[in-house]
Amino acid sequence: MGERKHSSGGLPDSLYQGTLDCVHCGLCLSACPTYRVTGQEIASPRGRIYLMRGVAEGRIELGSGLAQESRLCLGCRACETACPAGVGYGALLEATRSVVARERIDWGIFQRIERMVLRQWVPRPRRLHWALSLLRAFQGLKLDRLAARWLPRNLSGALELAPRVPPASSRRRLPAQTPARGERRGCVAFLEGCVMPELFGDVNRASVELLSRQGFEVLVPEAQGCCGALQAHAGDLETAHALASKNAAAFDALDVDAIVVNSAGCGAALRECEGWIGAAGERTASRVRDISEFLDEVGLRGPLGRVSLRLAYDDPCHLIHAQGVAEAPRRLLKAIPGIDLVEHAEASACCGAAGTYNLAQPEMARAVLDRKLDHLLAAAPECVATGNPGCLMQIASGLARRGSAIRVLHPVEILLEACRGASETQR
Amino acid sequence: MSVLIDRLSRIVGARHCLASAEELFVYECDGLTLDPVRPVAVVLPADAAEVSGVVRVCSELGHPVVPRGAGTGLSGGAQPIEGSVVVECSRMDRILEIRPEDRVAVVQPGVINAELSTAVAELGLFYAPDPSSEQVCTIGGNVAENSGGPHTLKYGTTTNHVLALELVQSDGERLRLGSRAGRSREFDLVGVVVGSEGTLGIVTEISVRLSPIPEGVETLLAIFDDTVSACRAVGSIIRSGLIPAALEIIDQRTINAVEDSVYRAGLPRDAGAVLIAEVDGAPCSLPGEVERIGECAREAGARECRVARDEAERARFWRARKGAFGAMGRLAPDLYVHDAVVPRARLPEVLEKICEIGDRYQLTLSNVFHAGDGNLHPNISFDRRNAEEVERVIAAGREILETCVAAGGVITGEHGIGVEKRDYMKLVFEDEDLLPMLYVRDAFDPERVFNPTKIFPTTRFCFESNPRARGYDRVPFK
Ligand SMILES: Cc1cc2nc3c(=O)[nH]c(=O)nc-3n(C[C@H](O)[C@H](O)[C@H](O)COP(=O)(O)OP(=O)(O)OC[C@H]3O[C@@H](n4cnc5c(N)ncnc54)[C@H](O)[C@@H]3O)c2cc1C
Ligand code: SF4
Ligand code: SF4
Repeated sequence: MGERKHSSGGLPDSLYQGTLDCVHCGLCLSACPTYRVTGQEIASPRGRIYLMRGVAEGRIELGSGLAQESRLCLGCRACETACPAGVGYGALLEATRSVVARERIDWGIFQRIERMVLRQWVPRPRRLHWALSLLRAFQGLKLDRLAARWLPRNLSGALELAPRVPPASSRRRLPAQTPARGERRGCVAFLEGCVMPELFGDVNRASVELLSRQGFEVLVPEAQGCCGALQAHAGDLETAHALASKNAAAFDALDVDAIVVNSAGCGAALRECEGWIGAAGERTASRVRDISEFLDEVGLRGPLGRVSLRLAYDDPCHLIHAQGVAEAPRRLLKAIPGIDLVEHAEASACCGAAGTYNLAQPEMARAVLDRKLDHLLAAAPECVATGNPGCLMQIASGLARRGSAIRVLHPVEILLEACRGASETQR
Repeated sequence: MSVLIDRLSRIVGARHCLASAEELFVYECDGLTLDPVRPVAVVLPADAAEVSGVVRVCSELGHPVVPRGAGTGLSGGAQPIEGSVVVECSRMDRILEIRPEDRVAVVQPGVINAELSTAVAELGLFYAPDPSSEQVCTIGGNVAENSGGPHTLKYGTTTNHVLALELVQSDGERLRLGSRAGRSREFDLVGVVVGSEGTLGIVTEISVRLSPIPEGVETLLAIFDDTVSACRAVGSIIRSGLIPAALEIIDQRTINAVEDSVYRAGLPRDAGAVLIAEVDGAPCSLPGEVERIGECAREAGARECRVARDEAERARFWRARKGAFGAMGRLAPDLYVHDAVVPRARLPEVLEKICEIGDRYQLTLSNVFHAGDGNLHPNISFDRRNAEEVERVIAAGREILETCVAAGGVITGEHGIGVEKRDYMKLVFEDEDLLPMLYVRDAFDPERVFNPTKIFPTTRFCFESNPRARGYDRVPFK
């Protein structure tokens, strides 16, 4: 986007400058899921950055090697949390993918369809709703299985991995305004999202009810929309920036304590929208809070009812690595009487969902997920909590495939149960 | 070339034999980024049998073999050589056996240092050598470099913790050295292989000693106005007869870089230096020891001493110390990490000289080091794209090493010689001293297949025309 290109490599200068922060120390390697699976330097953050820099310096050509690597990378940003030099890897990856997309390197049918869907369908609520209604009908008639047989491999994979679409009754939009219950503590805006209301409408309603029970009026402005994260991850920065501008305008108009988000991926995108659209994103970016972070900041208002559950909390990458929120959800969950929070190994590692990744790179996504499932099963919880739609679907489908009865919930669902429980016992 | 790739692929499987331009490009260097060289192939074997097959093919076709772990080495040990095949050990990452009653673990070389300690923690054990790169570096790499870490002061370096090894030699034979039972009466060949920087063969299995987790541990942060007083404190702590587990100094420039990073620990930015002192052992003895260390520090001029309140704060101090090198990446695109040892008593004076050298060459120099061992790490921030600056960095580096040697020190404490310091070997060794090392190397690897250009000086030895050394110039230095 209008950026000056570095003379030699065809990569934007800001990308080149970003790669110079890396001192090649390697402290990020063990945090990287794709390195752990392959053991290869090129599938590590250090290797990817080295390759970007090499391309920018004209020491190696911009070709399918970089394109493939930029797609194999999960974009989970665990490397950022590990990196003492403060390399802004997420931005480097986005920029690289956008060059790959612009130059149409290794641009196949999957990329074309993905771009079309992310541009034309996902950000348009009505279209998305109808498309998913159609998918639901398909799934009801098991036509999706049939279609999968004659579609190209990663498209058929997409159909198989597609979540069961809930009935229309749970896919209603949220009310524009929900009053606070009990003593009023403030007023927040809520990001409804694009996929959340369609696939996780119940989680959205639980979030609003939880906020309201905690004493907050909740506004859901009509003018908001898709956050642009998926588009940016797919290298379509143009669409992402347009969507960010639209959201910034919608939220800037509101005088609220915070813009609360219950999907980690969307929260990260809104929080970083300053990097996309400059000063226009400042006010929005600074007010965004993940729902767990927000409730932790303002303090959970008791009393809380008992929820007896052996629970594992799994960090969504875009919450812990992109937003730096790790302790808040754990603190909230631990505060609920009856919750036994168990630790599982590598809770902060990616589950392999990573936006559209599990569709584009099914093999790697599977390998990354298997590692996650092994660790989860070893800790043997009754339930896993994680606050991102992609992760909810990925972990749930993985556990189901392994024949496990472990449930997967969004933390707000458990928190709400505790709040409701308390008011019932009080009555 | 394709014959090579073809044969290697058949051994390790095509997906674990890398030969595309991009895949090779990223293996150009390890932690030392100057003078990158591309290999002709990279293989990732799954076990010793595959390593053996790979080595046999390389020997036969005349390709040097460069072993590699995580590539965090700072002396270019894993840097490829013209025409070489890199054998990347990352897939050999299984812990094969844990025997708590013997306090022994048997591991493949690609096991990550810190993950071994994590795996045995529930048995009340840990693996003592703890390089700052512990969260990523491999035990194979540690063995090759005889790596140390902050706790080397009390626990020793890698060599004190390796009981037995399996080594794949140039003809593909697998040699077993040492004994898991501990002491054996033959020549200490395990000791020879530890620290040989991948020049004798590829280590494919390691039996390491595990240590019991100390019952108690206390960590103290002493804050000084300058580095030299911190060094004096170290001297008097050691003189007092205490054996601390670690004594580490971080200077002001490094403190600020770390505090700007994700590894921040709340170190005071205005301090000239901080000393991290740790004692471990029976909990009843610790308060007294902490007290004495505090006294030594205050006598040397510490303006404040803080004891870590809990395990979380202690972990933060160590994360800050261990993230220090990487954090320097905030100052410039490249970092040259030096490594030299001087007698502890000479630390203050040598440090002053080092800082003077940095100023004279107009370089950004910082110090973060294992003070208890006298193991210095003067770090120079620079930009490798600036050829003139690189020259200054190298000239300053040489002077720093000369200064350390003149003070009775040596040119590496733990990072090894590799390619970085091979030409400095002559600062400490005469040709006659190097000869026995060459004999040993050639006894293990007569064809000079493994890391042939590492450790020994590139300039020809005068003894190559010496009849005593006949036969040892068969393979000329490249
Ligand atoms: C941030 C940072 C901090 C560091 N801190 C310390 C520290 O505190 N103490 C310290 O001692 N070092 C330190 N180092 C240096 C480095 O991490 C160590 O030398 C480490 O042991 C290297 O391990 P590696 O797995 O990365 O090996 P590599 O760098 O891949 O290889 C190192 C050497 O080992 C050889 N090698 C690797 N595997 C094998 C094998 N299986 N068989 C035979 N040879 C093999 C290679 O050929 C090479 O010569 C640090 C490095 C960094 C980047
Ligand atoms: S974003 Fe995740 S997958 Fe990509 S390099 Fe970083 S750690 Fe690896
Ligand atoms: S930790 Fe940071 S500086 Fe070190 S190699 Fe990784 S990205 Fe580069």
